[in-house]
This record gives sequence, C-alpha cells and structure tokens, in this order.
Amino acid sequence: MKGTIKIDSDQCKGCGFCVEACPNDVIEIGSQRNAMGYFYAVVKKAKGKDDKGCTGCSLCAIMCPEVAIEVYREKR
Amino acid sequence: MKKVFGRPKTLKPNPYHYCPGCGHSLLHRVVAEVIEEMGAEEIAIGVPPAGCAVLAYNYFDVDMGEAAHGRGAALATGLKRVLPDHLVFTYQGDGDIAAIGTAETVHAANRGEKITCIFVNNAVYGMTGGQMAPTTLLGQTTTTSPGGRVENRDGFPLNLSEMLAITRGSAYIERTSVTSPAGIRATKKAIRKAFEIQLQGLGFTLVEVLSPCPTNLKMSPLEACKWVDTEMVNFFPLGVIKDITASEEAQDAH
Amino acid sequence: MAEAAIRAGCRYYFGYPITPQNELPEYMSKRLPEVGGIFVQAESEIASINMVIGASMAGARVMTSSSSPGISLKQEGISYLGGLELPAVIVNMMRGGPGLGNIAPSQSDYFQATRGGGHGDYRTIVLAPASGQELCDLTYKAFDLADHYRNPVLILADGMMGQMMEPVRFPVLRDVERLPKKPWALTGAKGRKSHFIRSLILDPEQMEEHNWKLMRKYEQIADSEIRYESFKTDDADLVIVAFGTAARIAKAAVKRARGEGLKVGLFRPISLWPYPSKALRDLAKRVKHFFVFELNAGQMIEDVHLALGGEADVFFYGRPGGVVPNPAEISRIVSRQFFQKEIG
Repeated sequence: MKGTIKIDSDQCKGCGFCVEACPNDVIEIGSQRNAMGYFYAVVKKAKGKDDKGCTGCSLCAIMCPEVAIEVYREKR
Repeated sequence: MKKVFGRPKTLKPNPYHYCPGCGHSLLHRVVAEVIEEMGAEEIAIGVPPAGCAVLAYNYFDVDMGEAAHGRGAALATGLKRVLPDHLVFTYQGDGDIAAIGTAETVHAANRGEKITCIFVNNAVYGMTGGQMAPTTLLGQTTTTSPGGRVENRDGFPLNLSEMLAITRGSAYIERTSVTSPAGIRATKKAIRKAFEIQLQGLGFTLVEVLSPCPTNLKMSPLEACKWVDTEMVNFFPLGVIKDITASEEAQDAH
Repeated sequence: MAEAAIRAGCRYYFGYPITPQNELPEYMSKRLPEVGGIFVQAESEIASINMVIGASMAGARVMTSSSSPGISLKQEGISYLGGLELPAVIVNMMRGGPGLGNIAPSQSDYFQATRGGGHGDYRTIVLAPASGQELCDLTYKAFDLADHYRNPVLILADGMMGQMMEPVRFPVLRDVERLPKKPWALTGAKGRKSHFIRSLILDPEQMEEHNWKLMRKYEQIADSEIRYESFKTDDADLVIVAFGTAARIAKAAVKRARGEGLKVGLFRPISLWPYPSKALRDLAKRVKHFFVFELNAGQMIEDVHLALGGEADVFFYGRPGGVVPNPAEISRIVSRQFFQKEIG
C-alpha cells in the first residue's frame, strides 16, 4: 500500500513524536526554522537506511500534537 | 489518493498555544474526534478548567463554559441538570480536579451526575510554572518539592480515580495515556465509552489521561513520554478501574 | 420567598444548609419537583454557587440562598457571575459575625454585599426587604432584574426576616416557556455557531474594556433601579436612615416619637446598591439631622456620609452581634437627640 503525508510546517513545533512513531523512517526534523522559530518535521528527501516508503499508516499523524499532519492513502 | 487523516471539524483551525509535545494538544484532538465521530457537535457542552487548558474554548468548536479552578464538576452539574439530554464534559488538570476540586468531584461522582470528567494527569502544575501537584510522584523534583517529593513532608500522590471508583454513583472510570499511538487509541476508546455511558444516563464517568509535560518535567518531548510510560505508571497503573456495564454483561453471562 | 421565586420562573435551586435560612431550601426541595424543577443539596456553598453558574449558563432562572459565613464561601462564584455576566438570584439571611458568629439577626454583611463582595471590579444589585410581602415581591422582581442586566442580584435580609411569618399576596405564576429568550446561553451549537462564556481575558487592554463595559452597565442600573421608601419625612426635623429589619424597628419608633410630638421620619433604602444617594441628598436640603440605625457597628453610614457630603448632622446608633433592640430603645435615643441638639 502506498501513502503520502502533508506536514503543515507553520504548525509544527518540532517535538519529534512523528519521527519516533514512523515505522518506515520516512520523517526527520529538518534544518529550517518556521515562523514560530521551531525546526519543523519534513519528509526525508534522501531515502533512509530503513526507509520502505510511506504506507499511509497514520501513526505519525496520530502522534502529532499539533494536528499538523494530513495522511493520504492510495485507493485500492 | 484518499485523505485518511486530518483535522476534525470539531477542532477550530487555531494553532495551539501549548508547548511542543504537550499532552493537552494530543488530548484535545482525541476528544474532538470522539465528539465528531459520535455526531455530538450539537449537544456537546465543554467546561474548561483554570490552568494551561484554560483557553480550550479557542480550540473546541462546541459550546464551552469556563469554570473557576476546581469547580468544573459542580458547574457541569448545573449545566447537565438543566440540559439532561446534552453531552456535558469537564476538562481538568491534576491540580484542578485532585487538589482544589476534590470535594466537587467526589460529590458529583457520588451523586452519579451524568457528566464526564476528562482528567489530565501530568504530575505537575503546568501553567503556574512546575510546582508540586497532588499527583507528583514520590522522589519527583518540582519547584516546590526541591530534592524530590517526600511522603513525610508532602504526602503521597493521590489516586483520585481509584477513590472515585468506590463511590456508588460512578459508572465508568478508566486510566489511559497519550504517549504512544496505542495509548491514544485506548484513550479515544475510553472517552467514547464514557460519553456513551453518560448519554445512557448510567452515572458519573471519568477518564484519567497520563500526559507528558516536557517543559515542567524539564525533559525533551520524547523523554517526557518515556518518563510517563516507565515512572508514572508505577503510581498510576493503566486500565479500566470501574465499568458497571462490564459487570452487568458478566452477570448476564451467568 | 421560595414560592415567589418559583412564580417568577425559577426552576433550579442549589444550596447548602445553614441557619437561619433553612426553611427556604426545605420548601424548594418539596415544591420544585411539583413544577418540574430541580433541587440539589450540594456538598458545600462553593459547589452550590458553581452549580448556579452552570444552570445560569444553560439559560435557566436559578437561585441559591445562605447566611453570612456561607455567603463568604459563595463569594468566589459571585465574582465569576459578575465577570461572566450571568443572571442569578442569591439570598443572604444575615447573622451575627465575624467568623462563625452566631445565628441571631444582623446586618453586618452590608459592606460585603454592596461592594461586590468578591475579587475584581464588579457590583451586584442588592435589595433589602423589610416585610414578608417585600421578601416575596423583591424576590420575584430580582429574577427579572438579573435576566435584564445579566447580573447577579442579592437579596440582603437577616435572620429575623428569615424566621418571621406574615401573610403575603403572591404574584402570578409565570409561564417558564414564555420568559424572554437568552440567545447567549449554552444550549449546544445546533443551527448556530458554537460559543463560549468566559471571564478570562488575558490581554490587559481587552480586560480593561470588559471592565468599562461592566461599569457602563452598572451606571445604567444606577440610573434605573433605585428603590427606597420615605415615611413621614415631609415635615420631619430628624430622619432615621435604616434598612431591612432595622427600618421596621425604626418605623415603630417613628410612630412612638410622633406620639410624643417629635417630628421624626424614616428614610428606608430598598436598593442598597445602587444606593439612593440623590434622594437622601434632596432630603438634606431641608432636613439637618440624620440618625443612622443599623444592626451592625456602622456600615451603611459610610454611604450616608458619601451621599450627604457633610451637609447635615449625622448620628449613628448600632447594635452588632445579633442584638435586636425594641422600638422603645430607638425612640428613647430619638428623644435624647431632640433634647441634646435642641431640634425642632
């Protein structure tokens, strides 16, 4: 199953819960700050070691305190 | 691509004022999701507390009436007695519900008020700057328990949920956490069940949610979650503490 | 009072027992269920006033009652009612204080009642009945005032008023369904946007504006809701100023003194806040001697001084602690005043 996520960088406070929750190592805390001054979470550009790609499992969004992640999944 | 996760409509699009990794943020969304999934937007009335969540009315898109510190259960009693078909819930922290509001909460439970208290336990006073809470763990350092909470000086952490379970008017009490996806799912299920039991008119319901407060625990968000999962649960074990519907089912089985 | 409240459309009562006002909740516990209302005996005064807040938020006509020490506990909630701009009727059957004091009639909560009582810049409308009929009529009126101004109304009486029995003529029973609607109430966001009721305003400038808004409302109340009684003041050389039970005693003393040929009158404030200062000031254009009589150590006298601004001679006599003097005692003091000051 393939999925994708959209992270609202303006709302993200960089807590890192999504990075921890992602089973496929898709997310990281980026090197840019947002308007609030936080380093925000981004989808990794380069594939990580354990990156099997986003499956749309929603664990990151479930753990996101800021409701900053939207999850989309491929229709079967 | 189909959207499978997004902001519930019952949560206003305002960014939270809470710190990074705050349990309130997670729990607000969970409560809003339950209200939306139950289709209870038009009958829900929330009672926010004094404390960090005092601004909860900026986030929940349902009717909200602010209570004084600790008085949520009494105020909710007044609301519910006038509007018996509505879904009335309080949202209270540990200082609010388990210290200054203990009497109001115990008696609302004992009267079997058909309300739901959502009790956010993070073992510390958040908004006032990290003072000792009634639920601060033994040995836990806060700004008013330097060197750690000592039972002879500060008393023990209060297990309010277990106390309330003894009252005959309480129908459903569960303790969960919001430190993991599994914990959040359990919290959502518990709140839904509490709301349903309230609407069935079976009695007082409460869900205690162990929640990370990274700022006042002086930890990173992930460390704070880990602390809840490894330290707090020793004093506040997770699980269903009372469920009168379960015992009825058990009786039916006999 | 309880029956008057029910007739005014009150369907919810939350209270906690305290002497000398228990007859009211006892009556409510029996009568409210008969009219589809709800009575709850709370675990404390603090809980009961917060239940009042909840019921008021839900749009109901709601009432609580207590006596001095209990009213002190309710002050937290009364301040919130003021800040949240919620209507409610609160009865204080005053007893001797401070502290636990006693259970005898007193008027020593005048300052607390007329200055708001709790924290913050706010006022409650304060009505002081002096007879059974007035207890009934003012209670009935209090619900309309509370709703109209979205403000708590305090009925300030005392243990004597709370315990006495007098025949009264009851006002008509209101149809609760036909009371004015409250679009601001919390009733669930059905067919409208959600709204909230709060007293927390973190921004000081916004909070200041909220305070000024409250003050404008209080000015409006002060313009429209002054109530008082003048008894034989037209030709009086000396006027007794008293409220509630003290005024009742004073009225009998006036009659006695008149019998002795002394030209004495009575000015009885019925609304203690707003205080009938202008009426008193107008009276002072002609009357030069005022005698303030209270069942306390001297509280309303400050409002009399403020009203008169030194324009007349003001004499005080008070009996604090629950002592209730008889009319003869007051008329003796009146006679002595006439003699000492060569009045008339």
